[in-house]
Amino acid sequence: MEDLLAARSQMALSLGFHIIFACIGMVMPFFMATSHYQYLKTKNPLYKDLTKAWSKGVAIFFVTGAVSGTMLSFELGLLWPKFMLHAGPIFGMPFSLEGTAFFIEAIALGFFLYGWGKFKPWFHWFTGVVVGISGLASGILVVAANGWMNSPSGFDYVNGEYLNIDPIEALFNDAWFSQSLHMTLAAFAATGFAVAGIHAYMIIRKKNIEFHKKAFRIALVFGGIAALLQPLSGDISAKDIAVRQPAKLAAMEAHFETERGASLIIGGIPDEENETVNYAIKIPGALSFLAHGDFEAEVIGLDQFPKENHPPVMVTHFAFQIMVGMGMILMALSLLYFFSSWKKKDWLRANWFLWLFVVATPLGFIAVEAGWTVTEVGRQPWIIYEVLKTKDAVSPIPGIAYSFYLFSAIYLSLSAAVAFLLIRQIKAVPDSLKEGNELTENQISTNPKSE
Amino acid sequence: MMLYVVIIFLGLSILLYVLLGGADFGAGIVEIFTPAKMRDQVRAITYQTIGPIWEANHMWLIITIVILFVGFPAIYTVLSVHLHIPLVLMLIGIIGRGTAFVFRHYDAVKDEMQRVYNLIFTYSSFVTPLFLGLIFGATVSGRIDPEATNFYQSFIYPWFNLFSLSIGVFTVMICGFLAAVYLVGEAKEKDLKMLIIKKARMFLLLMVLAGGLVFFAAEIHGIELIRLLILEPITLSILALATLAILFLWFQLEKGKRKVSRFLSGFVVAAILIAFGYHYYPDIVIVQSGANLSVLNSAALGKPIDSLAWALLIGSLFILPSLFYLLFSFQRPKVAE
Ligand code: HDD
Ligand code: HEM
Ligand code: HEM
Repeated sequence: MEDLLAARSQMALSLGFHIIFACIGMVMPFFMATSHYQYLKTKNPLYKDLTKAWSKGVAIFFVTGAVSGTMLSFELGLLWPKFMLHAGPIFGMPFSLEGTAFFIEAIALGFFLYGWGKFKPWFHWFTGVVVGISGLASGILVVAANGWMNSPSGFDYVNGEYLNIDPIEALFNDAWFSQSLHMTLAAFAATGFAVAGIHAYMIIRKKNIEFHKKAFRIALVFGGIAALLQPLSGDISAKDIAVRQPAKLAAMEAHFETERGASLIIGGIPDEENETVNYAIKIPGALSFLAHGDFEAEVIGLDQFPKENHPPVMVTHFAFQIMVGMGMILMALSLLYFFSSWKKKDWLRANWFLWLFVVATPLGFIAVEAGWTVTEVGRQPWIIYEVLKTKDAVSPIPGIAYSFYLFSAIYLSLSAAVAFLLIRQIKAVPDSLKEGNELTENQISTNPKSE
Repeated sequence: MMLYVVIIFLGLSILLYVLLGGADFGAGIVEIFTPAKMRDQVRAITYQTIGPIWEANHMWLIITIVILFVGFPAIYTVLSVHLHIPLVLMLIGIIGRGTAFVFRHYDAVKDEMQRVYNLIFTYSSFVTPLFLGLIFGATVSGRIDPEATNFYQSFIYPWFNLFSLSIGVFTVMICGFLAAVYLVGEAKEKDLKMLIIKKARMFLLLMVLAGGLVFFAAEIHGIELIRLLILEPITLSILALATLAILFLWFQLEKGKRKVSRFLSGFVVAAILIAFGYHYYPDIVIVQSGANLSVLNSAALGKPIDSLAWALLIGSLFILPSLFYLLFSFQRPKVAE
């Protein structure tokens, strides 16, 4: 494997892995805080059990998120030293602030996980909220750093030198807002649907129904609202990209020729050689409308860019289609859920209804991965858009392929381990719980077998 | 001016990482050296003491890295390129340790998987500080050559030597020492306490021996360590104080004043680091050609450093009080729910 390809694959793998844990780390604390709040208000012990059961899952995810994040902060240099040499001081602002956010998150998590019975209940609750807020803040900050790679600002690039650096201006680059908004919603949608799906399955299995119904509701209210807002925010992103990264938009849409009244392409297989798209559905004028709010507007195509600066069209286009497809499904499911909890309460117990949500468990995360593929692959061949090429930033060390294999093996085993633990966790909860009984620390952790 | 704020934070986060993260790694190292029948007890107190804070302990490493890549990108880059291999190995240790620590506690079922977690936990607790120290050693061993063209010269030679290794071993012993002294204060049962006191003394001896090895290796490689440390009155007096503290600590351990012995162990390690730091300051990476990278000559001066300094100052306003409150809260006995 060629070094550049290996480095890109390793980076993609590490980020793709980290983002799952990051999403959960950002969102789960809010679910826990909601359930904890319900407990403090209603004194219904089921809510306390739920809070504790969730927090055990979160602890597992949190370390995996933290170690994969630690790896990333080294990998940026291990794989892309020439990028970091210049970019570090410029886009460092979000990272240095993020350090604080992480720290507060780790401290608050210590308070929250180990604080049962040690603090006043509302202080304890508050530490859980702090975990969520600081997680969210770190997510927004690090996405702003990525926004800078897409839309560099805060320096003057003169003859290969980076002058007049202004880290604050770099932090508030043109992409930070649309990306952070979209990412935050994505985290809520993806985590909400994933958690809801697991609990829906437990309801179908008739395990501790009251417990899981409460969990299902909390997760879906958060996830559903986010999924409804997601397409709106995606539209903001698309309009944004049309201005700041037209090549990315063109690759997403497999739009080869600059034209007025450009049609939106749905599905299809892009043919990068002949610059056409086969087997696609075309909606005339729709792309112009989506990108610029006007059916007749001109949309820049890939023909405006020299061939060597084209992003890979196939991958970007497919990834975009997958993300939007998932977005539409999740939006429909959210509408269904809100409708039924308003008009058709009996659906909420029906198996067909619950199965829909079980099937939707991974969809949000698939959309997250696809969305990042759009953003990152769509930026190629640039690592810093129109400033530095990815191939000029890669580490000079030969044999990166071995490091890629090694990291793949590690991530694979970590994923297997987390899945294994999670299954054991989920299985252990229902049996140790008689409805309304306290779930003690030991019951969860020592209950041997549940089936 | 702001540059010095950043330098102080850099030094501080390295120091705190070695002290807190080190004690944390050390807990796993102590476990390796504990006879099998006592291990469960050691594990239990380890968990009680580091459980709530272990995550925070490792944040210092991340702060260090962020300060390096934002404030001193040239240093971060040179290290990432030439020490790629030991860095990757250290990362593997970090992953193994963090995950195994949490898995072994949070696994819903306690079965033979625990053995696997324990194995990963203890060995990665050993390997990680070994490579951490080795990387430290490599940066100051003067073997990094940014101009090197062949693979061995560029990527192996800088760290694959006795001096770097001896600093790695020294670091492992420091970690074991810190943890053992810390755990003495936590052990309730008499026999457990005696065992850990014995371990603490053992690590203290091993640490001193490993320190000797460092000087020996330095001599072999022609690194002027002994002469410079001894001829410099400030480093000499710091080290003399550390030696006194070690002697005092040896007898203090049994008396069971846990605050005093913890303070002394922290003092010893801090003194060693400060002496080293003082000796090398402002250089961080000693390069073969002599064009060393220092915190003064490779800083991203101007707005990057200024804003980094402000971020650190404001951040510590939030972090330090809550961190102390966390440490303090978990020293208190549990009150009823
Ligand atoms: C649950 C996840 C999810 C869902 C349902 C959607 N997205 Fe998305 N999308 C993401 C998750 C995501 C993401 C993973 O969070 C990305 C990657 C980078 C970013 O900022 O957000 C992203 C990026 C991203 C970008 C590129 C942003 C950039 O490069 O700056 C665009 C244009 C869209 N999305 C548009 C949409 C549209 C029109 C959707 C309509 C339904 C949509 N997304 C649904
Ligand atoms: C966690 C969510 C993210 C995911 C899933 C993701 C995904 C990817 C993918 C798929 C690539 C490979 C693209 C290619 O080479 O074709 C990549 C590259 C890269 N990403 Fe991201 N990314 C994420 C966030 C970030 C953030 C926040 C940063 C930095 C602040 C970042 C920095 C990089 C760098 C430096 C590269 C390598 C250079 C390049 O290929 O352009 N990424 N990422
Ligand atoms: C879009 C991409 C990213 C998002 C949204 C994100 C978000 C997060 C979140 C929420 C956490 C907390 C972990 C948890 O609660 O489980 C976390 C951890 C971490 N992330 Fe990321 N991250 C992203 C990419 C990156 C990148 C590119 C880096 C490296 C430069 C990084 C470095 C870290 C580190 C060091 C941690 C551990 C901090 C801790 O212990 O709390 N992250 N990330």
